[in-house]
Amino acid sequence: MTVDADVARRRIEELLRENEAQILHRWTLIAKASGEELTEIYRALLSSLEHGSSDLADLRGLLAELSRARARQGFTPADTSRAVFGLKEALYEVVEGDGGPDAMRGFIWFSRLIDDLGLFTFESYTTARERIILDQAEQLLELSTPVVKLWEGIVAVPLVGTLDSARTQVVMEKLLQTLVDTGAEHAVIDITGVPAVDTQVAQHLLKAVVAARLMGAECVISGIRPQIAHTIVTLGIEFGDIVTKASLADALAYALRRSGIEVIAPRATRIAVRTENV
Amino acid sequence: MTADWELPIAGNADVVMVRQRVRSVAVEVGLSLIDQTKVVTAASELARNALVYAGGGLAKIEVVQNGARQGLRITFSDEGPGIPDIEQALTDGWTTGSGLGLGLSGSRRLVDEFDLISAPGKGTTVTVTKWAR
Amino acid sequence: MDRVPILKLGDILIISIQIDLDDQSVLALQEDLADAVVTHGARGVIIDITAVEIVDSFIGRMLSTIAATSRLLDAQTVVVGMRPAVAITLVELGLSLGGVRTALNLEKGIALLDHVRGATP
Repeated sequence: MTVDADVARRRIEELLRENEAQILHRWTLIAKASGEELTEIYRALLSSLEHGSSDLADLRGLLAELSRARARQGFTPADTSRAVFGLKEALYEVVEGDGGPDAMRGFIWFSRLIDDLGLFTFESYTTARERIILDQAEQLLELSTPVVKLWEGIVAVPLVGTLDSARTQVVMEKLLQTLVDTGAEHAVIDITGVPAVDTQVAQHLLKAVVAARLMGAECVISGIRPQIAHTIVTLGIEFGDIVTKASLADALAYALRRSGIEVIAPRATRIAVRTENV
Repeated sequence: MTADWELPIAGNADVVMVRQRVRSVAVEVGLSLIDQTKVVTAASELARNALVYAGGGLAKIEVVQNGARQGLRITFSDEGPGIPDIEQALTDGWTTGSGLGLGLSGSRRLVDEFDLISAPGKGTTVTVTKWAR
Repeated sequence: MDRVPILKLGDILIISIQIDLDDQSVLALQEDLADAVVTHGARGVIIDITAVEIVDSFIGRMLSTIAATSRLLDAQTVVVGMRPAVAITLVELGLSLGGVRTALNLEKGIALLDHVRGATP
């Protein structure tokens, strides 16, 4: 750093310190942010300038926090970085008042520093947003994947809503793990609540059935709507020897029969009661 | 995390070594259990191919980055006879050896990216990549 | 080379694979098992792969070969304890393990053998 540049920089530091109240006031108006937050950032900026500009860790931490908070509150990334850029405008008024060449030269240096910080804010904002979206996607996946026990040795996955490839995969993995954990030898995948099935989703369902078979369990698919049956045939997807049933009740009855359990309707009892009345 | 590993494939025990190293790197880059299993299986097939068809080769394992996603890339290279008809070699059930003919075609389905370079007499290089979801 | 121990329970042979097998050991196991079926006059074979983290085409072929060989020697084979990740990978790989019976765990495997033998005395 040349002597000139060093002088210019020190002049800016002086201006920032001397006119703190005025600059902060202006900045708060431009940035539309809380005064406290900006004061904290302002102080961090001053203290890091004192220690030489290489030490910006504290300042970056504060800016990252600001970006995160704003991402959550639904501000746009442009608003968020504009808040940081606003400091330039706030300082410029003071520099103009000073008018000296050192201050002008220093302002260019300062401007570059703020640009970097602004871009950093933009980046933190984007990272924070991505994090939020990822978290939500994960929560949604967990919400939508129940595996329920229907009977001893029989489990079912009632699928509801639009199936995409990722969700189908998660559900299938969970189903297979449940087979291991519970020792259930029969599983029913019920797609009554699924409005449409594309080739990829159908493939995932088929793969799950074949995988279950490899593990030593049997899968039945139930609740195929007429339109979906039509799509499956039109797409030319081979269901092969996979058992399909119209309703979850049919599938349960089938699974019960396969596990050697017989269900008898208690009709005889009712007749007996009637005879007593007569 | 940018460290690479280079493992020679000269015998059956080396295939096991490749499998184990691939698994530990796959865990490190955050692949799901299913994806770990898939990529380790693919690595096992390809390492065996290098051993059976070319008498040996080299496996290079690296961690790769694509934006926020981390992945695992394995490059198998050998100086064997090469593959005359790549199209055919990638068909299910096609084999010149004693295998099931699922090594190349099957491992292609287990990874996200699959790249095969080969010519007769010039050896074979297969590069596979699996990204964390 | 690692050798997998073969356990005998009545007329059933039980093999539990606990290590990452290299191809040589896989071939050795195939031969050892065929010998054992004949020596003990076994009627059933259970291969427990609960601890196996991957099944590639080589091990997959071993399972099919063992099942086919044992059948010739009048013994039924059941593979038990396949992990979900392994099953999904096998499906993706295109391996169907034709001719191999499977069960979720050892207990169900033994029950399946009893059932199969009850049906075909």
